[in-house]
Amino acid sequence: MTLIGWLQIGFLLALVLAAIKPLGLYMAKVFSGEKTFLTPVLKPLEIGIYRLSGIDRDREQGWLGYTLAMLAFSVAGFVVLYAIMRLQAYLPVNPQGFAAVPSDLAFNTASSFVTNTNWQNYSGEAVMSNFTQMAGLAVQNFLSAATGMALAIAVTRAFVRSKAETVGNFWVDTTRATLYVLLPLAIIVAIAFIFLGLPQTMDGSVTATTLEGAKQVITLGPVASQEAIKQLGTNGGGFFNANAAHPFENPNAIANYLNIFAMLSISAAMVYMFGQMTGNRKQGWVLISAIAVLLIAGIGITYWAETAGNPILTSLGLDPSMGNMEGKEVRFGQAMSTLYTAVTTGLSDGGVNSMIGSYTGLGGLVPMFLIHLGEVLPGGVGSGLYGLVVFAVLSVFVAGLMVGRTPEFLGKKIESREMKFAMLAVLILPLAILDFSAVSAMLPTAVAAIGTPGPHGLSEILYAYTSAAGNNGSAMAGLSGNTVWYNTTLGISMLIGRFGYVVPVMAIAGSLAAKQKIPSSKGTFPTDTPLFAGLLIGIILILGGLQFFPSLALGPIVEHFAMMSGQTF
Amino acid sequence: MSNKTTSPALLDPSIVFPAIKDAFVKLDPRQLIRNPVIFVTEVVAAFVSAIFIRDLIAGGGEAVFSGQIAAWLWFTVLFATFAEAVAEGRGRAQAESLKKTKSELVARRLKDGREEKIAATLLKLGDIVIVEAGELIPGDGEVIEGIASVNESAITGESAPVIRESGGDRSAVTGGTQVLSDWIKVKITVQPGSSFVDRMIALIEGAERQKTPNEIALSILLSGLTIVFLIVVVSTWGLAGYSGTLVSATVLAALLVTLIPTTIGGLLSAIGIAGMDRLLRFNVVATSGRAVEAAGDVDTLLLDKTGTITFGNRMASEFLAVPGVDAHELAEAALLASLGDDTPEGRSIVALANGTYGVATPDITPDLVVPFAAETRLSGCDIAGRRLRKGAVDSVRNFTGLTEAECPPAFRQAVDKVARSGGTPLAVASGNKLLGVIHLKDIVKPGIKERFAELRAMGIRTVMVTGDNPVTAAAIASEAGVDDFLAEAKPEDKLAYIREQQRGGRLVAMCGDGTNDAPALAQADVGVAMQTGTQAAREAANMVDLDSSPTKLIEIVEIGKQLLMTRGALTTFSIANDVAKYFAIIPALFVVTYPQLAALNIMALGSPKSAILSAVIFNALIIIALIPLALKGVSYRPAGAATLLRRNLLIYGLGGLVLPFAGIKIIDLAVVFLHLV
Repeated sequence: MTLIGWLQIGFLLALVLAAIKPLGLYMAKVFSGEKTFLTPVLKPLEIGIYRLSGIDRDREQGWLGYTLAMLAFSVAGFVVLYAIMRLQAYLPVNPQGFAAVPSDLAFNTASSFVTNTNWQNYSGEAVMSNFTQMAGLAVQNFLSAATGMALAIAVTRAFVRSKAETVGNFWVDTTRATLYVLLPLAIIVAIAFIFLGLPQTMDGSVTATTLEGAKQVITLGPVASQEAIKQLGTNGGGFFNANAAHPFENPNAIANYLNIFAMLSISAAMVYMFGQMTGNRKQGWVLISAIAVLLIAGIGITYWAETAGNPILTSLGLDPSMGNMEGKEVRFGQAMSTLYTAVTTGLSDGGVNSMIGSYTGLGGLVPMFLIHLGEVLPGGVGSGLYGLVVFAVLSVFVAGLMVGRTPEFLGKKIESREMKFAMLAVLILPLAILDFSAVSAMLPTAVAAIGTPGPHGLSEILYAYTSAAGNNGSAMAGLSGNTVWYNTTLGISMLIGRFGYVVPVMAIAGSLAAKQKIPSSKGTFPTDTPLFAGLLIGIILILGGLQFFPSLALGPIVEHFAMMSGQTF
Repeated sequence: MSNKTTSPALLDPSIVFPAIKDAFVKLDPRQLIRNPVIFVTEVVAAFVSAIFIRDLIAGGGEAVFSGQIAAWLWFTVLFATFAEAVAEGRGRAQAESLKKTKSELVARRLKDGREEKIAATLLKLGDIVIVEAGELIPGDGEVIEGIASVNESAITGESAPVIRESGGDRSAVTGGTQVLSDWIKVKITVQPGSSFVDRMIALIEGAERQKTPNEIALSILLSGLTIVFLIVVVSTWGLAGYSGTLVSATVLAALLVTLIPTTIGGLLSAIGIAGMDRLLRFNVVATSGRAVEAAGDVDTLLLDKTGTITFGNRMASEFLAVPGVDAHELAEAALLASLGDDTPEGRSIVALANGTYGVATPDITPDLVVPFAAETRLSGCDIAGRRLRKGAVDSVRNFTGLTEAECPPAFRQAVDKVARSGGTPLAVASGNKLLGVIHLKDIVKPGIKERFAELRAMGIRTVMVTGDNPVTAAAIASEAGVDDFLAEAKPEDKLAYIREQQRGGRLVAMCGDGTNDAPALAQADVGVAMQTGTQAAREAANMVDLDSSPTKLIEIVEIGKQLLMTRGALTTFSIANDVAKYFAIIPALFVVTYPQLAALNIMALGSPKSAILSAVIFNALIIIALIPLALKGVSYRPAGAATLLRRNLLIYGLGGLVLPFAGIKIIDLAVVFLHLV
């Protein structure tokens, strides 16, 4: 670790911190339907969309109506995306003339993009036509992100409202998320990316003649625009297989900075927005600080583990001063590679600028564990916030019992109904990760797909399902996931991880919205204090740790101790 | 607590031995399914027992290990059922002492004008019985004819007899109490077996025990965790299989039981029963567990002024002499004038003159003593030619023959001053001369202000209810330090106030005794009726205070909070324990395949088998070790929520994290020493 490295990390986090408040306030206004500086331009457009699609924007929905609308919208998105992939050979803008995407891969990819996971069992440049990339994948990059934001807004309203039957209108929230937040930011970031050297063209590829006289086909495409929403929507699905390690996706240090800034800002700002909308900004900051502590710890451990390097390689005479540079880009270095990795897994972004599979045992454990913690640091756009609310509900419940009072969170009593759905939501992650991992570990055909035998192979399997269920999308490269088994089970894991989680969360929102907001008293446990942040951190860590310790022990923990004792696999 | 009955010793053999038997009876899975965590433990124990039998038949050394694991898993279940049985036993013992009195009663039922003797247990609702001096009242009911003094010490512990008569607020009688004089006709108002003592016993004994809302929410959390760990353990088998490790079913079973929250799961019902039992020891009978829990949540306490905040009577606090009259002279006159006043006020004037003013009661016999009468509203005496009178200001002024305008200005000012401060002024005169004013005031009970400050720290508002005018009420309210007051309160006002508070989302507790309190008692989230109150009030309330002490409400709130806190503390403890268990079991499971994982064996446990056995033993023994805590409840001091949380997190969170490391290590040393595996 170097001072310069920490300064780079610190400065980036400071930039995000500075963006949290203005962006959070802006989103609070947007979702409350208040006037913003973009209203004069976008309002006519917004009204036009409602008129065109026959949406009555004043008619609000109860939690069930809202959830059903979200599910219908997602199913429709899934069907359209699946159809585009299967039919891409007959569709326009296919300069490379790609054939139809195979059905299992199409299922996996459609699940992946509809759930905001962006797990990619394919190389974009070798399978997906530009039409599929733009009209299929990029559209879902916007819509799945907007859907997550809408759900988070509905959950936020549950705490704002008192004795309410409705939590908002899904169509209005999704439209506003896209139109007022994602689209303007995506345009700005895309333009910045173009200036930083990312290609933005409709041409499929150029053929270059190398110095040796050989011909090289270099794939191009609308990379900058894809890249912008990939990060802003915490999607993570790259245009190229190498993702953000590819020089066209992430050409230089500044582009890398902008990548990380773009993926982190909206999710973090949404937590602030939560505080703002519920009338307790301090609450927002307390949640943000809990996130920050865990995320920075994750960054620190990964950075430390990677710079400490691999004692085996050192003993072979390699210069240890660079740390473990295997699978990392020299133009980013240790600090910016490990920061990217920790942030992309703390978020459910899943873009990568270095190969997690090449990390040390401990360095690879942290990103996996950050996903195990529930993708709330600060998680995907929207999904991070509502995931955090579930943890807050659990923390408040434990705290309430310990102070001798029925627990309350922001004036809402947490009772058995909320606990029931919170526990259902908590069950989803181990269910979607551990079951599939265990079966895959026993299934010879599934085991055959791993890249490295030994405990690292188990880590690869575990990482795949962790990434899928957490809707992250990053991969511990090595596992050849493009098989019928993995395409299908990872797809199912993603769908459970997203929809199995959010339906109970919405039920909590509905139940809380219907409750009366109770004024707080001295007997109420205050949730806007450092003590609560500490408790929240404890609950997140203990839950994550207890659920995944045995599986981690068999994978990355063994790898770590093995490496320390000079054994390699 | 004046009347707190002694609780049986924690390990009273008369409770422990029957409890051991009950613990086995409770193994019935049909009963145990109410407690999912322990039910799962029982299923797992049965499963491992089957493995043990298989190992036994197959021969080889495995049976020694699986047999011991099976035994300790059964102990885990038994310790949990034992905890519940002990709590029930203690509660039952407490209630039996109340119940005993009524078991062999004979009732004299009046039927068609004739009297017949039947067993009290056969009485039906609406039966009319006659009870004469020396007899026990056969059941709860209402006096419809007659008046009698009744000894209610059997249930209140108060030996002074009380009057019970038909009509009014003193018509309710309780089964098991004894008529001391005269006779009464009683109409039975409850079905036998449903009087509140019976209801309380039913609540303790489990047949009717229903889970309270928070208990349900906690059970859901615990069940959810159990399912999570089930997934974890089953998947561990598959994940281990990847590297060729075959984890035995015995070991997986051990892992599952040590991970699921058996500690809190095993003690949960005991904690609930113990809460009811604690109330009973404070001589409060609750008719539902829900009310006990609600008590911990109360935001607003409605307290009657008289008897709760102030002593029942007004007392003289000061003598205000008019100019030209010496304070000593006024005190002496007031004392003499009060010799004929036997009311508490009169006596307090004598006491004040004797005490603060140092005037001795003279031993001259007055020529004439005018006793206090309600019509004249004054008392006094003629002594040594002086005609001394004291009493209501108007009456005394009339006695002196002065018009209002003729009164000295200083006198009028003194009267005003006393009235403004919420007190009652009494005038003192000698002949036709006004000497001064006596300040009579409600005396706030000592220590009550501090009590209210504690409640405020706990986040509970206190509201004083009084029939006084707003001026008086405000003065007392500020002196006692209550947060709000209801002056000139009628029962309807109480009801309206409670409703308004509840509309704001607050939980309200109140106590009352009159029939006209019944609607408010029913409306309140926690309604405590006085044992001396009417049947209607006791029916409407969800708790009955056998001591009839209105301050009891504060203790009830504390017991409710303590109940929740005990659950929370043990839940935290139980979950925190899992960390150490992982560090014991995970290296033991995989160390054969991956010797590197020995690094996780930070406790340096003897062998994989001893590590697993030690974790299982610790997991079972901790339940037994925590039974006393579950029954007594965690210590509770009134404090703000943040302070309480910090303290409990430190003790039960951090303690729960650290303690099992030491505990498992010690057990492991013993296991290795004894060569158990």
